[in-house]
Amino acid sequence: MTTLLTVENLSKVFHLGGSLFREGRELVALNDINLTVEKGETLAIVGESGCGKTTLGRCIIKAQPVSSGHVFYHRDEGGHVDLTTLGKREIEPYRRDIRMIFQDPMSSLNPNMRVFDIVAEPLRVHRLLRGKELEARVYDTLGKVGISPDAAGRYPHAFSGGQRQRIGIARALVLNPKLVIADEAVSALDVSIQAQVLNLLDDLKEEFGLTYIFISHDLGVVNYIADRVVVMYLGHVVENAPTDLLFERPRHPYTEMLLEALPIADPSRRKGRNKELKGEIPYLGNRPKGCPFHTRCKYAQDICRAEKPALRPINGTAQLAACHFAETLDLKGAYEAPIKAIA
Amino acid sequence: MTKPLLTINDMSITFTSPDEADIEAVRQVDLTLTPGKTLALVGESGCGKSVTARAVLRLLDKNAKIPTGEILFDTGSGAVDIAKLKSDSLAMRALRGAEISMIFQEPMSSLSPVHTIGDQVDEIIILHDRLNKKQARERTVSLLDQVGVPGARDRANAYPFELSGGLRQRAMIAMALACTPKLLIADEPTTALDVTTQAQILDLLRQLQDDFGMAMLFITHDLGVVAEIADDIAVMYLGDVVEQGDVFDVFRAPKHPYTQALMNSVPRLMRKAERQRLTPIKGTVPSPKDRPVGCAFTSRCPHAFAPCPTVRPERTQIGADHVARCHLLTHVREEAMA
Repeated sequence: MTTLLTVENLSKVFHLGGSLFREGRELVALNDINLTVEKGETLAIVGESGCGKTTLGRCIIKAQPVSSGHVFYHRDEGGHVDLTTLGKREIEPYRRDIRMIFQDPMSSLNPNMRVFDIVAEPLRVHRLLRGKELEARVYDTLGKVGISPDAAGRYPHAFSGGQRQRIGIARALVLNPKLVIADEAVSALDVSIQAQVLNLLDDLKEEFGLTYIFISHDLGVVNYIADRVVVMYLGHVVENAPTDLLFERPRHPYTEMLLEALPIADPSRRKGRNKELKGEIPYLGNRPKGCPFHTRCKYAQDICRAEKPALRPINGTAQLAACHFAETLDLKGAYEAPIKAIA
Repeated sequence: MTKPLLTINDMSITFTSPDEADIEAVRQVDLTLTPGKTLALVGESGCGKSVTARAVLRLLDKNAKIPTGEILFDTGSGAVDIAKLKSDSLAMRALRGAEISMIFQEPMSSLSPVHTIGDQVDEIIILHDRLNKKQARERTVSLLDQVGVPGARDRANAYPFELSGGLRQRAMIAMALACTPKLLIADEPTTALDVTTQAQILDLLRQLQDDFGMAMLFITHDLGVVAEIADDIAVMYLGDVVEQGDVFDVFRAPKHPYTQALMNSVPRLMRKAERQRLTPIKGTVPSPKDRPVGCAFTSRCPHAFAPCPTVRPERTQIGADHVARCHLLTHVREEAMA
């Protein structure tokens, strides 16, 4: 496998308030993020609201400037570029390769533009095609996502939520991207429509040889679509592991907590009361010292309050976790019966 | 079996509009709620689940009518038909908030931003139980404490914007429980929350139900949440309750094609090796105007046959506590008899 994207020591700090005479507060949204995205994989980024997953997605394509760190994009023709250092003009070709799909299909499509123009806009902005060729490409892309070309003259309001999300996907795909960042792309959809869009994303990946960064809070969907999962908490990556390893035996207590809280659509596996789920995500502005999770962690020891654990491979596997006790803790997974071979 | 608290018989809800034909948003729904039990109303957006719940509180828009059916609520001294009450009548206002109360989905937009949460809970207690301000506040603090708001006495003086999503939802629950209602309607109470907070709120609701013994009508689109909290389930599609029954029975053996399809649309936790492709329901939900005369699901049903588009299937008993509306069920039986 070849690497497509490397995120190195990426941090993002927001400055709040403050004025000429008073220093504002700092809010560290992303704290020293390291990860790689392999070509052809679906990498999921999960976490609760405010954990920085969306900010990470936006920083990767420089929709937001980063505070420090690098995002290396590995080109097909060899070599790599640091996207964070590129200027507005220079980054343009890479914005063709890396596209985004947004959560809310209502607000991410311009209500004053016809569907045809919405999908054609990226081609026009990047001056790639015009006239007949442009038309052909737009209709072709719309067809691929299951929108009939007859509907191209209509405005977004005439479409249902699922169809609008398909239009958003068409807009992302029309430039033949290599990497698609899908930010909560199916969260706003009803279950039956969500299943359609998930299958569509799967098919398109196959057809176009895409790589996905799939940002989501829904572990059920992530389990279905992802090859690898990155779990974030308060701006930190706390675990990064192949999907099966993570769901079989998580190595970070926060991952265990998320899996524990996930409702399963089967009353016979009802979890019942769970006294151990406690607390809420602390406000980013007053992040705890030491391990960011120690305030809610039932395994927390003194060392957790003092020292921040490093993200490291656990027992030489592909599973990375940032917990002082990751090697020794026996955390509960979410799969029904453990398979001996993996455990 | 305990006496039902709320019985909805054959209720329809139509919306009128000056320049369009009437839209029947809910048609002939039958539901029963018993004390201490939770009925989950499940369906996709626009299926009529929220409208059904609002009808029970008579919180429908002005252009909505309940042309047929009854909503019988057992007050302890005889049954009242809520469908017959005027929505602003004294009788209805005495029920609303006191006997029947509701938790809404978005705690930020359903709490007043300019009043402290303590004042908002006080208001209900003062209004319904005629306590003075001081007594009301005492009760508010103990309620907030009960629903797990830490430092309840101080937090009562906080405005909604000062609280996290989970705490706001807890404040909403405290408000709904202020007059110890017999029926609690929860409209997607955990949809806007994170999973860990959702799990905590579900725990809380379960525990409060044990303590107070109220009946709960729980509206959601999330089958995982249903499996976690419900005793009974009713599945709605385009205004029809297509299947209902004991939650274990329905999840084990769903009989209506829509219920089956819905369950197949949810990704199950599975190892990569066993992973199966999802089988989504084809097409989209038609607009209520275009609903088939017969079974509402006809246009998307993989098994649709002759009578489906024109004849509405009857409620068919499948088990002791399990009914569905589908021609397949009666059809097979007739064939077997012939």
